[in-house]
Amino acid sequence: MKTWVTPGGVHPPENKHQSVSLPIGTLPIPDKLLIPLSQHIGAPAKPTVEIGKKVLKGQIIAEANGTVSVSMHAPTSGTITAIEHRPIAHSSGMLAPCIEITSDGRDKWKKHEGIADYKHASPNTLLKAVAKAGIAGMGGAGFPSAVKLNPGRQRPIHTLIVNATECEPYITADDSAIRERAAEVIEGIGILSQILGHPGNIMIGIEDNKPEAIAALEPHVVDTGISVVSFPTKYPSGGEKQLIYILTGEEIPSGELPADIGMVCVNIGTTYAVKRAIVDGEPLISRVTTMTGDACGINRNYETLIGTSVSHMLAHSEFKDEACSRLVMGGPMMGFSLTSADVPIVKTTNCILAPSYEEIPEDNPVQPCIRCGMCAEACPVSLLPQQLFWHSQAQDHERLEAHNLFDCIECGACSYVCPSNIPLVQYYRNSKGEIKKARAEKVKSDLARQRFEFHQQRMEQAEKDKETKRAARREAAEKAQAASGAKAGAGSAADIIAAAQARAAAKKVSPEQQQAKFERSIAGAEMRVQMAEEKLAEADSSQTDEQKNILNAAVEASKQKLEQAEARLAEHIAEHGSQEQNKDKSGERVD
Amino acid sequence: MAFKQITSPHAHASQNTAQVMQLVLWATLPGLFALTYHFGWGSLINVLLATATAVAAEALILQMRGRSVGFYLRDYSAAVTAVLLGLALPPLAPWWVVVVGSLFSIVVAKHLYGGLGYNPFNPAMVGYVVLLISFPIQMTSWVTPLALLPEGVSHPGILESLSIVFAGYSPADGVTGATPLDSFKFSDGLLVEQIYSQNPLFSEAGIAGVGWEWVNIGFLIGGLILLGSKIFTWHGPVAMLAAIAIMSELFWDGGSSDSPGSALMHLFSGASMMGAFFILTDPVSSAASNRGRLIYGALIGGLVYLIRAWGNYPDAVAFAVLLANFAAPFIDNYTLPRTYGHIDRRRATEKEEVQ
Repeated sequence: MKTWVTPGGVHPPENKHQSVSLPIGTLPIPDKLLIPLSQHIGAPAKPTVEIGKKVLKGQIIAEANGTVSVSMHAPTSGTITAIEHRPIAHSSGMLAPCIEITSDGRDKWKKHEGIADYKHASPNTLLKAVAKAGIAGMGGAGFPSAVKLNPGRQRPIHTLIVNATECEPYITADDSAIRERAAEVIEGIGILSQILGHPGNIMIGIEDNKPEAIAALEPHVVDTGISVVSFPTKYPSGGEKQLIYILTGEEIPSGELPADIGMVCVNIGTTYAVKRAIVDGEPLISRVTTMTGDACGINRNYETLIGTSVSHMLAHSEFKDEACSRLVMGGPMMGFSLTSADVPIVKTTNCILAPSYEEIPEDNPVQPCIRCGMCAEACPVSLLPQQLFWHSQAQDHERLEAHNLFDCIECGACSYVCPSNIPLVQYYRNSKGEIKKARAEKVKSDLARQRFEFHQQRMEQAEKDKETKRAARREAAEKAQAASGAKAGAGSAADIIAAAQARAAAKKVSPEQQQAKFERSIAGAEMRVQMAEEKLAEADSSQTDEQKNILNAAVEASKQKLEQAEARLAEHIAEHGSQEQNKDKSGERVD
Repeated sequence: MAFKQITSPHAHASQNTAQVMQLVLWATLPGLFALTYHFGWGSLINVLLATATAVAAEALILQMRGRSVGFYLRDYSAAVTAVLLGLALPPLAPWWVVVVGSLFSIVVAKHLYGGLGYNPFNPAMVGYVVLLISFPIQMTSWVTPLALLPEGVSHPGILESLSIVFAGYSPADGVTGATPLDSFKFSDGLLVEQIYSQNPLFSEAGIAGVGWEWVNIGFLIGGLILLGSKIFTWHGPVAMLAAIAIMSELFWDGGSSDSPGSALMHLFSGASMMGAFFILTDPVSSAASNRGRLIYGALIGGLVYLIRAWGNYPDAVAFAVLLANFAAPFIDNYTLPRTYGHIDRRRATEKEEVQ
């Protein structure tokens, strides 16, 4: 079958023969198993047990927390003895929530059975069973399988690719599993095919350095529509993107998933776990893990219970501490060094590498980059690692993104070939982290700015609304006054004052001026009262009664006006206070 | 065992920078051998003197910069610069020419810019051009090739060569002369055919010029060894040589007296092969991507031909390389490879990907 060739790639010494001379073995059940709640991509599982509870093998101890999450099951029977933060296998040596089970040594299964007639079960039923079994991708990333196998109706799957490449040196977990369990692996692929609606194209991609595994698979794929495709060994052919290109010649567009182009790619270990879950009803509680490296007397694969500590594995593999240069979880290209051997094996742990100083010596000191370009020749995704390194040192995020930093799969091929021993991948990881942080901060600050701008706008709008209302009120008042003035007839003193008052209001005089004005009008009114009274007194002897009446009325009218003026002043003072005390306030109250 | 946090990958290929540099040094041997055979001991003396000066200068500068002298000297980069400069200089050049050039290469062109990996210009070529401009007489008198020495005259022996270089003795008459590119350029009024039949530099030669063609073949062999060892990719050298060949063919007028010369002459004369395989392949100062190196190489080839044909200097590799060094960062901006999963290549300067 035609295969395509990826650019770049390297050929590190394979070192796979050491661990396949013995069949897959089992380790004695450890006294204590430590099950981290997060062994996968997505939300950590939620514990469903309390300390002191007795559990049976296969019993659920933590349930998936949301869709993108997986459940955890007891790998053996025993008692829950702790639910707390413990060191886990992580490149930073961090603590994470874990459940500790103290084994009772009986290894007693809970009652379990598979879906007897799975061939007639609906994809949905099968998906639920996969989810219930707590299966996450076993190739390394640990993406919840039930999510991957359910790409939705708008993304019909035409190609199912089973990744048996195992391109990392030393690791033989998939190789040995295929050799010994080919029938079950193929049955698992059949179940996956059923879940995905029987894609037309099913391929097992495998490097040509595993002839035994290929030979083991071949009799089982006859008449199944599954093809076993082998291709020349080259690191990193086992990367999902690389394998898809090798087998189909198609590329997953940057930032998208295989499902977006109608493909699903699963690790071959996952297919075995799916078979065990559906046919046998066994959740994922153990996996094949390679124990290898010259610092161990025994190099072989173990069917390892999830939660087994690395030190337990080492103790049963004739481990020689003083001969070991470093302890690596995973392979020599992408694995990470452990800062303690007391960390558990998880669902994604395919290898524990304990190399001697001859195999993997101490790193040589870093020399300057001479831009030789060997890294660019080795890069499987056609990046320019030397330029990325340069811009990474300069923290030039724009240039890094323009150079497609985020398409780097961190395979380590560039660092592998670098003659100056520069830890290139570390620079890229660091820069990716910085850029992600900067992006998150930008989102945050954008949000804060938006909020502030909205607040500002809201305040302005409120101010405008108030202003409009005030204007409307003012207008209404003016109209009312004009109307009342027209009724009473022009020339009346009350109207004049009212008009003056309205004018004064319209002129927006300050409260001080207003008060002064009121005071003046009182003084004026007092004077008029006085004058009217004097006229009345003078008129007493000489004027007629009629005239007296007119003068009396005038006195009454001016008295009335004086009262009005006084009332207004009182009102004004009541409203604004005496101006000597409240000058500071007065400015904002003009209206 | 110590539990250390060590970043992946844990495995490393065995090749290191010092080995790369050493391989480059070994690969200059065929060229050096051809030079020594055809032009006497001068080139060997140049190479050794330049190396001694450069390594001493490197050590001194490293000491002044507070770097680990032993660690950095062991990368052999100073030796490579010096050997390339020594090979480019005329045999039997006075010692101070070699010393000044080496010092300039290491101190100014390399360390003032930040040392190994940070020099924007090829240090050997900077040294060469400084010498060419400062000391034109010493830099343009070349030794007569062995086959063309007059009757009874031979190349000076080792001791005599050392006296010429260090004590300023004059070599015997007929020992120095013009290079093929030189005499071709200054043979005005002669048809190409006439030059080839009258000038022994050409009439006695197989393809390009007595002695010089072998020197170029020597560097070609060394270059192919490096290419086979994947020290560099084919893009730069092939682009340069192709550009020279295409330009020569394009401007070949059938051999008039104005002709700038044939493709064969340009490819196998002067510093063509050395330039193509040992100078423009200096990764530090060249373009980064393969596509970029194609453009970079073609630019050098084109400039070499332009200057040889219409410039004042008979050869032009040093100038062409330095001019292209200027252009390299610019070329890099527009020659990113297409990354997996992207429709097209991007530009280094873009803010957002253009879809």
